[in-house]
Amino acid sequence: MASDVATVRGQQTTLEHKPPRSRWWREVGWRHVIGVVAIAYCLLPLLYILSASLNPGGSLTGSNQLFKTIDFTNYSDLGSTDFSTWAVNSLIVASVTAVGTVLMCASAAYAFSRFRFTGRRATLTGLLLVQMFPQTLAFVAIFLLLLSIGDVFPVLGLNSRLALIAVYLGAALGTNAFLMYGFFNTIPRELDEAAKIDGATHAQIFVTIILRLVAPILAVVGLLSFIATYGEFVIARVVLQTPENFTLAVGLYNWAADERNAPWGLFAAGAVIASVPIIVLFQFLQRYIVGGLTSGSVKG
Amino acid sequence: MTRTDVDTPTPSPAPRERRRFGSSGLGLGFVIKLVLVALVDALGVYGLLAAYAVGHWGIITTLAIGLVVVNWVYFSRKAIPAKYLVPGLAFLLVYQLFVMLYTGYVSFTNYGDGHNSTKSDAISAILLQNDRRVEGSPTLPMAVVQKGDELGFAVIEEDGQVWVGTADQPLEAAPDAVVQDGRITEVPGWDVLSYAQVIERQADVLELRVPVSDDPNQGAVRTQNGTSAFASRSIYTYDADADTMTNTDTGAVYRPNDQGVFVSDDGAQLTPGWRVAVGFDNYVAMVTGSDLSAYFFQVLAWTFAFAILSVGTTFALGLFLAVVFNDERIKGRRAYRSLLILPYAFPGFLAALVWRGMLNQKFGFINEALLGGANIPWLSDPWLAKLSVIGVNLWLGFPYMFLVATGALQGLPGDVMESARMDGASPARIFRSITLPLVLVATAPLLIASFAFNFNNFALIYMLTGGGPNFPDATVPIGATDILITMVYATAFEGGARDYGLASAMAIVIFIFVGVISWAGFRRTRSLEEI
Repeated sequence: MASDVATVRGQQTTLEHKPPRSRWWREVGWRHVIGVVAIAYCLLPLLYILSASLNPGGSLTGSNQLFKTIDFTNYSDLGSTDFSTWAVNSLIVASVTAVGTVLMCASAAYAFSRFRFTGRRATLTGLLLVQMFPQTLAFVAIFLLLLSIGDVFPVLGLNSRLALIAVYLGAALGTNAFLMYGFFNTIPRELDEAAKIDGATHAQIFVTIILRLVAPILAVVGLLSFIATYGEFVIARVVLQTPENFTLAVGLYNWAADERNAPWGLFAAGAVIASVPIIVLFQFLQRYIVGGLTSGSVKG
Repeated sequence: MTRTDVDTPTPSPAPRERRRFGSSGLGLGFVIKLVLVALVDALGVYGLLAAYAVGHWGIITTLAIGLVVVNWVYFSRKAIPAKYLVPGLAFLLVYQLFVMLYTGYVSFTNYGDGHNSTKSDAISAILLQNDRRVEGSPTLPMAVVQKGDELGFAVIEEDGQVWVGTADQPLEAAPDAVVQDGRITEVPGWDVLSYAQVIERQADVLELRVPVSDDPNQGAVRTQNGTSAFASRSIYTYDADADTMTNTDTGAVYRPNDQGVFVSDDGAQLTPGWRVAVGFDNYVAMVTGSDLSAYFFQVLAWTFAFAILSVGTTFALGLFLAVVFNDERIKGRRAYRSLLILPYAFPGFLAALVWRGMLNQKFGFINEALLGGANIPWLSDPWLAKLSVIGVNLWLGFPYMFLVATGALQGLPGDVMESARMDGASPARIFRSITLPLVLVATAPLLIASFAFNFNNFALIYMLTGGGPNFPDATVPIGATDILITMVYATAFEGGARDYGLASAMAIVIFIFVGVISWAGFRRTRSLEEI
């Protein structure tokens, strides 16, 4: 309604004649002024880090004149550091977690949405309760648990990327199962009943019918989980202990927090490379992220 | 009628239709399932053996139950929903539910440095760490041996017999060992280390104590040069029946107390101690009488202030911009919008680190370039650091609120606004009496979620200020911008002595706050109705 009124009014004005300049300023122009100021506020740190990454001096002071020099030394210097290892670690950990999350949540959502079994309500309610408590709060206990598991399965103990993935997967159902459950419920049951009459097993219905119909939400949950895992810091910091196992979050923190000889140029170049894929992904996912927040998943 | 039915049965559609889905039962799916379950079983059995070897009964029980459940679920024809739920629930139970309960358990113990293990481990450690050469004991020829990565000693006793053992494996006879010219040259099943190899692992060799028998009171064999061994015995003896430690030099008797330490009558303690349940001691220590309690309420107050101010400032700026841009006549609204959400798209941990550099007192961009060489201690003055934290979080958080508020504004009923305008209400009045209340109602659950998120915004605080500037006389490095969760981290990992028990008690307090906050937000959403 509001937009209707506005368009009607807009058409009227264009039909008659252009509004006088002063009125334009009073009603629209000032909004552009605020917009430009806001955008400057948004962009300044981003431009600053981009400029610092192109400054070969590599110190904080040297980075204060924006775009004084354009030089890719920092980027090529990254090659001789652990940066590529961290990037690969982050990609592996985030991808495996994303795929695992999608598989486990889709299966769970299928079970909740298509079967009626004893304990269903209790499990759903339990999930809702668990969802209230972020896993990160228990990082001390996670550390102690991995300390014990390490005695038995060293590969699932401290300082292991696999253990980190396992911990992240522990939070999968709590964060995303409900989002998927709601979506699965919108797929008409008649479809699977028809397939069942045709002799399809429950697994065939799941793989060949349901999963294909919910493919978009699977992609969204996977990408959201990827972004959240990619940026996760606390648990990664507690679990990973040696540089060859670090993810980008832990590794770049160590660079930037090094007060004495902070490799600021390297950090800046690393930050630019690390953030570009996320910013691109984000543009596609914008509306799902805002929507997803309503259903309880939070960007990390 | 019945006859015709029997003679010409209506062809069942099933056989023909079934082909569309292939034969069920023993197809590819079954093979995959078999392989996966076999893999899980193999890992599980390996885990059972390994856990048995280190005597970890908790892991053994969990694994055993897990294996039975997995095999039953995937080979039974009944438990169909469980087949889909087990993988996710397994991870959830171990890495989310268990760790939450374990946090609760640890919060009632004194787990931490000095109390890291069980009582029997503590007894062995006390006995081994306080040893000394047995007076008048002979010097015995020996060799350092190795099996895999584990070091051991091979010793020639006075009767010429060779004995072999490691730190975990007391000495036992090795009758097949070869001795030439009083030197051990070969021990079956072991590699005898050369002198160079011994030098290489010198520190480990000097540290190594090979127990004479299973009874730690019997003492151990050790070496100072890798070629000759002597018997050493602890200056303490442990009496298992009386459960006391006795110092054989002074005769002082140490008894275990309820804090998990051996204490003598005059109050001297032996380290290390062991884990014991301490009831509510950690919770009491958190609020009164400990080094940390002096700061606990300060940190708690700042946690609430930070969370409230974060939500308030981001929402105010986001809503303001949303109102400003909620006008069809603005050209390039899409461009504005996609630029304004950039800070939200930028990974949060990087943003905090970038700002940390920009706010640097001496060399940072803000002081040097924007303020013309000012020397403002943005991150090292308690109040300015608080301001900086809020300011950086504003940059990080307002785009999200802008998106949310824009969505809420577009959902407002236009006729109500229109009639208010007709009645002559000023824009300010419309905003205050109609827009703001309606937007608040629509966004309340998100605001509560945002509050809960910021209540635990570890990455921002830890990366921007590290919680500092630190309180000068706190034993654990906590400071003016620390919130509860960073205080938990400092207590558990950064203090001089790690205190997992106290840290867990604080985590439980956060659990309670977050639970109450989430419940408040939860009741406003419709999630419950969906079940």
